[in-house]
Parts: sequence; C-alpha cells; structure tokens
Amino acid sequence: SVEKEAPGGGADGDDSLYPIAVLIDELRNEDVQLRLNSIKKLSTIALALGVERTRTELLPFLTDTIYDEDEVLLALAEQLGNFTMLVGGPEYVHCLLPPLESLATVEETVVRDKAVESLRKISQEHSPVDLEVHFEPLVKRLASGDWFTSRTSACGLFSVCYPRVSSTVKAEIRQHFRTLCSDDTPMVRRAAASKLGEFAKVLELDYVKSDIISLFTALASDEQDSVRLLAVEACVSIATLLPQEDLETLVMPTLRQAAEDKSWRVRYMVADKFSELQKAVGPEITKNDLVPAFQNLLKDCEAEVRAAAANKVKEFCENLPEDSRETIIMTHILPCVKELVSDTNQHVKSALASVIMGLSTILGKDNTVEHLLPLFLAQLKDECPEVRLNIISNLDCVNEVIGIRQLSQSLLPAIVELAEDAKWRVRLAIIEYMPLLAGQLGVEFFDEKLNTLCMAWLIDHVYAIREAATCNLMKLVEKFGAEWAQNTIVPKVLGMANDPNYLHRMTTLFCINSLSEACGQEITTKQMLPVVLKMSNDQVANVRFNVAKSLQKIGPVLDSSALQTEVKPVLEKLATDTDMDVKYFAQEAISVLALA
Amino acid sequence: MSIIATATEKVDGFTRKSMRKAQKQKKSQGSSQFRTQALTELSPLPQLKDAPSTEQQELFSQKLQQCCMLFDFMDSVTDLKSKEIKRATLNELVDYVSTNRGVLVETAYPEISNMICTNIFRTLPPSDNPDFDPEEDEPTLEASWPHIQLVYEFLLRFLENPDFQPSIAKRYIDQKFVLQLLELFDSEDPRERDFLKTVLHRIYGKFLGLRAFIRKQINNIFLRFIYETDHFNGVAELLEILGSIINGFALPLKAEHKQFLMKVLVPMHTAKGLALFHAQLAYCVVQFLEKDPILTEPVIRGLLKFWPKTCSQKEVMYLGEIEEILDVIEPTQFKKIQEPLFKQISRCVANPHFQVAERALYFWNNEYILSLIEENIDKVLPIMFGSLYRISKEHWNPTIVALVYNVLKTLMEMNSTLFDELTASYKSDRQRVEVEASCYGDASLRQDLGNWSGLGEG
Repeated sequence: SVEKEAPGGGADGDDSLYPIAVLIDELRNEDVQLRLNSIKKLSTIALALGVERTRTELLPFLTDTIYDEDEVLLALAEQLGNFTMLVGGPEYVHCLLPPLESLATVEETVVRDKAVESLRKISQEHSPVDLEVHFEPLVKRLASGDWFTSRTSACGLFSVCYPRVSSTVKAEIRQHFRTLCSDDTPMVRRAAASKLGEFAKVLELDYVKSDIISLFTALASDEQDSVRLLAVEACVSIATLLPQEDLETLVMPTLRQAAEDKSWRVRYMVADKFSELQKAVGPEITKNDLVPAFQNLLKDCEAEVRAAAANKVKEFCENLPEDSRETIIMTHILPCVKELVSDTNQHVKSALASVIMGLSTILGKDNTVEHLLPLFLAQLKDECPEVRLNIISNLDCVNEVIGIRQLSQSLLPAIVELAEDAKWRVRLAIIEYMPLLAGQLGVEFFDEKLNTLCMAWLIDHVYAIREAATCNLMKLVEKFGAEWAQNTIVPKVLGMANDPNYLHRMTTLFCINSLSEACGQEITTKQMLPVVLKMSNDQVANVRFNVAKSLQKIGPVLDSSALQTEVKPVLEKLATDTDMDVKYFAQEAISVLALA
Repeated sequence: MSIIATATEKVDGFTRKSMRKAQKQKKSQGSSQFRTQALTELSPLPQLKDAPSTEQQELFSQKLQQCCMLFDFMDSVTDLKSKEIKRATLNELVDYVSTNRGVLVETAYPEISNMICTNIFRTLPPSDNPDFDPEEDEPTLEASWPHIQLVYEFLLRFLENPDFQPSIAKRYIDQKFVLQLLELFDSEDPRERDFLKTVLHRIYGKFLGLRAFIRKQINNIFLRFIYETDHFNGVAELLEILGSIINGFALPLKAEHKQFLMKVLVPMHTAKGLALFHAQLAYCVVQFLEKDPILTEPVIRGLLKFWPKTCSQKEVMYLGEIEEILDVIEPTQFKKIQEPLFKQISRCVANPHFQVAERALYFWNNEYILSLIEENIDKVLPIMFGSLYRISKEHWNPTIVALVYNVLKTLMEMNSTLFDELTASYKSDRQRVEVEASCYGDASLRQDLGNWSGLGEG
C-alpha cells in the first residue's frame, strides 16, 4: 500500500518511486508547511503512481487522512478538482467523490466552498449514468446530513446535476431543495436562498412557476433579514426567467414588500440591485412600480440605503423607457435628487456626486443648465472635499453637453480650495485631475488661473505631493506642447535650482527627469543641461548624486557631442566624489551611458 | 503639546486618532426605528395611584397603549413634551408592576407584550463606524435609550413579578419573541446588552419549553459569528448566560451539548476579537470539563489545532485557558495529552515575545501542575529540556532567563539523573553539529552554530 512506500519501507528497489515515497511521507509530517507542499505536488505523485494506484491507494489514503489543518484541506480540495485525468479520465472520475464529500462537510467555510467548487467542476465530467449512480446519491447524502455544513454544501450542487438526470431523479432533487429552503438552521436557508436564482435557471418553466415562486416568497419573508436579503438577489434571476404577464402576480408582491422591509439591510439590497431589477422586470413595471419604490429608497430613513440608491440614480434614469424618460426624471426623480444634495450624511452626498453629472447627457443642454447646474454648483461648494472631488472628476460628462465655461466661475474657487486642503490626500486627488481639467478648460484659462497652483505644489511639504506635481507637469507638457513648456513652466522650474532649500533644488532635478523627453532635445540641451551640470557642485551630497541620476536619465535625449564634451567630464568628476553614494550613481551613469 | 498638534495639523492635516475619537464621541448616537405610524401628540393621563381600583385596569391598559408611540431621538428638539409624558408614564408603569400585587390579570398580557415588542424590537442601525473595533473605539449608543431603558426595566419587573404566570405569558413570549431578543444582542450599546442578558436569563429560567430553542439559536448566532461574519457585539453576554446554563446540565451530557462544545466553543477561539469574550469562553469550557473530564483530551487537542501562529496577545490568552483547564484536569487525562501539550508549551517558553514566554513559565508556580509534571517527569522533561536549556542562555529578556533558571532547578530536583543525561546528550549533540561543520566547511552550518554560541559556557 501507499503507506509502506514511505522511506525505509521502499525496499522493493524501485528507485523511480523513491521521490514519491518522500512526498507521501511528507503528507504525514508534523510540519504543516511540509504537508502543504506535498499536497500541492499531489498531481506529481498521482502521475508517478499511475492511474490505477492513484485510484486504489492514493485516494483511499487521502480520504482517511482528512482531519488536517484547514490550510492543507483547502489545497487538497482544490487539487482534487483537477484530478480527472489522473484517475483515468471521465470513466473513473467518481473515485474522486469520497474525499470531496468529506471535505464538503468540514466547518471551515473556505474549505467547504472549495470542495463544492471542485465537485461542481467534476460533475460535468460524469456521464449521465454515473451522475445518477454516483453523484446524485452524494448530493442526497449531503442534503440530509445531520450537521448543517453538509446541507449548506448540498445547496450548491443541485443545479449542476439537475439538467442531466431523469425526471424521477429531478423530482427528488426539487424535493430536497424545497426541504433545505425551510431548514431550521438559518445558515442552510441562507445557502439555499443564495442558490435559488441559479437553481431556477436550470428548472423547467412550469416548475419555476410552481416550485420556485413559493420558495422565493417564503424565503423573502423569512424571520431572519440575512435570508430575506438573499431572496432579493434571486429575484433578479427569477424575474428574468418569467414571461412578462406573470411578473405582476408572481414576483411583484414580494419585491414591493422587500423594498419596504423593516430591516434596512433588505432595503439596502433592493437599492443595490436596482438596475438589475429594473432590467429584469421591464419598462412597464418600472414605470408603475419601480419609480415610486426608487423615490422611497432615495428618501429612506437610513443613510446607508439612501447612499446605495443615490449611486444608482444615473443608471436608473438611463434605463428608463425612452418615451417617458424625461418626464419621469423631471417630475419624480429630480425632486429627490435635489434633496439629497443637501443630505445630512456625507456618504450620501458623495455617492450622488459621483453619478449626478451623468444626468446631463440624459437630460440635454437646456434642462442641464436650468435644473442640474445649480445642483453641481451647490455640490462644488460642499463642505466635504470628497463631494467636490467627485464632481470635478466627472466634469467631462458636462463638458460634452454644455461646455465647461458655464461652470468655470464656480469651478475655480472649488479647485483652489481643494488645492490648498489641509489633507494631503485631498490635494493629491485634485492634482490627478489637473491634466483632465487643463484639457477641458483650455490653455488660456489654465495659464491665467491654474498655473500658479501647479507650481505651488512643487514646494509642498509632503513628498507625495511634490512627486505628483512633477508628474502632472509632464502630462501638461504632453497636452500643451514643448513651446508652451519653454515659455511657462521651464523657467520657473529651473529657477528653483538656486533655492536655499535643498529639497526644492532636488525638485528641479526631478522635474527635469520627467520633462526632458516631452520637451525634446533642444530645450533639454540648451536650457536644462547647463542647470544640471552647474548643480554638480552643490554642497549637499543628495543633490549631487541626484545630478548623476538625472544625467543618466536625460542622457538618451541629448546628442552625442553634448554627452562627450559636457556630461562626461562632470560625471567623471562626480565619480571621484568624497561621498560614497555620489560615486556610486556617477559610475552607474557612466556605464549606462557607455561613456567609459 | 497642543501647539505641536496644531502645527502638524497644518502641515499634514491628518488628525490623530485620539482627536478623531473625541469628535466622534459627540455624535456617537444611533437609532433605527423604521416608522410608519404618524405622530400624534400625547396628552397626560391621570396617575394610576389616584384612580379608583375599578378603573385602574383600564387606565393601565391606556397607559400601555400610550407608550407604544415611538419618537425620533436623533432629533433632540422635536416632540419634547410628548417624549417627557412617555418617560414619566413608563416610570409609573415600572413602579406599578413592581410594587402592586394582582395587577397582572390575563387581559393585560397581550397589551404588555405589545408595548414591549413595539419599543425594543427593531433592526439595529448600521454601525456609524464601519471598521468599529470594540477594543479601541467608543460604541455608538442607542439614542432612544431614555425610553428603551425604562421599557427593559418594565420587562424585567414584569418577569419578576410574583404573580407572573409563564403558562399565560408563553403565548406572547414565544420563539419569535426570543429570536428578536437574541438579534438585539448585536447592539453596540453595552447598557442595552446588559439588560438583554438579564432578561434572557430570566426567560430561560421561567420558560422550560423555550430552553432548547434558546440554546439552538445561540448556537446559530455563534456559528454565523465564527464562520460567516466575524462580527457580533453580544458574544460575551451570551457566553455569560451559557456559563450558568452549562452549570445546570444533567449528567451524562447529551450529544447535543458535546457537539456544542467541540463544534462551536472550541472553534470560537479562532475569532479575531477573542479578547472581548475570552474570559467568558474559558469559563464555559472549564464548566464542561468539570462536568465531564473525558472531554479534556479532545478540547485540548482542539485548542492545540487552533493555536495562534502570529498573535502573541491571543497566545497569552490560550495559555491562561490551558492553565485553568490544568487546574481541574484529572491525572489520567493529563497523561493522554501531555506530549502534544508540552510540545506546545515548550514552543511558548522559547517565544521571543517575553509575555508569552512568561505566561508559559508561570505554570511552574502552580502547585497542582507541578505535581502532575513531577508524576510524569520522564515524559515531560525530555520535551521541555531543549527549549529551556537554550533560552536560559539566549533569551533577550533577563526576567525570562531568571524564571527559566528557577524552572530548570525545579525540574532538576524532580529527577536529577534524567536531567544530567539530558544535559550530556544535549552537549554532545551540539558538539557533533560543530564537528560536522568544521569537517564539511559548511558555511550555513557554521552560521547556525554562530547563532547557538554561548551555549557551552554555563
């Protein structure tokens, strides 16, 4: 047997099996890491043993040893899902069921879920006969297990075998699923509720109407809100399966009830799934039922629910039937949105700010100017920076519809305020939108109003801001061109080379590093290079070794004569510097630029 | 200090945690009453004590109905008058059921139950702080506490009233009632959980028919806590109730109870927030083991399986629990688990975190544990020797080194022959490693020795 193959027992002289014996021995080692390594090489072991011994020796051995650490079990559960060929192909795939069945009953959720995943995978490799003879009995055993873990696992297996079994077995499967939906442990009901949609998809329409709907209704009014909210998820799949004329009687009563559930978690789920629900129930029901429900969710007493609904405003409006879209938005949705702009909760406002700009494309120019613009402006002045940022980050939507000029008067103070926000993360966020803003506002507006800000960030207290500011300059040059750079930013950047603060002098070098390529050879050689070379005499070693790094970086942009006559002597001098780091980076630059 | 704080504020604007907390505390009140009923202003009713006895029942019932009106406490300025009327009425009701006999007539039960359910049963609000850390953060308090507290008070007095009849009350205090009560244990407000604990305890005591159901639901809450959400605020309170329930279990223990111990209580040691309920959990475990010593071996093996790998704070808790278990262990049980257990203790003793090492070494201050070790010295000493000997030379913390010396001394006194043998074989082992290193010139081996240096000098 496999156990006797362990080292010391391998006396049959078969050397080729020795490494395998070692691996198997490791499966029983005290050290978890070794067992884990061995499990991960399980396919190697199986390959070496051959299909027959894998079936008759390795798998029973594994089935017997399932009491290990969860980590090892997880690896095992995963491995076994890919074992079909190693046990001899589909004909023998059922050999993998016993160990996976045990794994599907352990307490640890991760292991159990992985075992179910592997079982689902290998179910496809069973022939219809094997499915009925081997797989389906396993599902039944799990479904009627004593401990809740096996019953939760069973929930995930019904849908994979249902389509491929005979009608008698199908009836049994439906019965088992029904039983689990009313299991007395909530864990099992949750598992069943979460698979309800998936199971509905493989059922015949008649059974969807007769079986699934009653289960759905029962789960949606479960005593535990954790079960009810999962029924909402299933609602999407179920509604998609049913013909339009049945939706009203079979699904809508439950959905309406969920949207007004006393638990905010359930209402949150409805809000969160609103777009999917809207698509599933179609335009007519949306107009009559979902619009008022959505209004209620936007006005919910719990901020969490309002925020989830606010997030869906744009998608919901987009998907409204075209003939009545504008009327619905203007008369029903917009009044709620207006109230949300001054909500007491900042998460609600910020969720709204991240989508509200999208309404302008739906409503068109006139409505945007008249109704939305005041809201945008109010949000641009919101006390919470996240709200303002979310508005600014979506400016492109408005730009397409009304042009950004309409906003620029209010935009500027908002940007300036964010640019000077006390929190560096806020400053960082606004820097990231600068290139976008610059592109939309145009070069003149930029030079006049924003350029100073961009330069001020270069001397920020926080390195991350200085770094982002450097990168921002590069993107601006890519947008506005080298000539613009030469006239506006290059002189200011180079001016900082004489700053008394060495951090600012280094910022000059960092800017040159990122700008040289965008500015091109001429500006780099004529304006930047002399400054860099001059800085090689800086008193601060950090500046000097950054000179060496900069020279290495801009070297490829320079022509070879400048490299030979100007760069090389400076680097050679730096290579004899008293400071170790300066020497190191100078030498590195010399070798990279091939100046040796 | 404050100047520094504002200066850093200006530079960075990162508010320090203490300051953020101070801000939080001001508004850390939450409430979630999903109101559907419209508010009508309350008008004061006459005092119960002034009413003629023939009208008292009717007035009592009117007052109970009045107290079903719910108010928005998140808005502290609205309905002030009505809120005060309800508060005074609740106070009066509490007084009425605790001081009077014969007030709990059968018709009062549904009205009492209705008033209680309307007020306390609600979906708890979403946590104000999504990464609420019960060990660090201030809890969000229930805003409507001025009323809810009195309702809990009333419920307790109702249950404790000498006239209280479980046979009538069970129509209202049923499974659904208990289920909703249990859900409230997730409240962030410790005041509320404290009331709930007493209430549930009374219900468990008075309603025999609900006992199995209550245990089962607690079981479900715990399983969900361990395997699904990793979050439930009332674990400590529920465990406290269970502690006294376990105490009353009849012998032999039912399979259901053993399963609860092995599949719920033991895996519960893996929870992230163990520190919040470890004392109660350890108490429950020890209660079980005192009832049925046969369970000691599987429990200790379970703890060893879940032994923390990186969290020193938890390791100290596990060691504390092991000591509590060893305090009540039977010598025959000790023999069954001594090997795996002392392998773990030996690892703990050698832990670089001095609190872990210290906690493990404290075992040797326990007279009963010492007697168990002495009885089994031939098994325990060989397991412990290597670690103890090594750290007596190596541990960075002088307190630990001193403790280890004492432990070694105690062990030596228990069996000096074995001790000498182990010392000799330890030294020869070390020498062998040294010789091998010099023979093969293996750099890494020599490195190992380098790390071991200072062993021989003692």
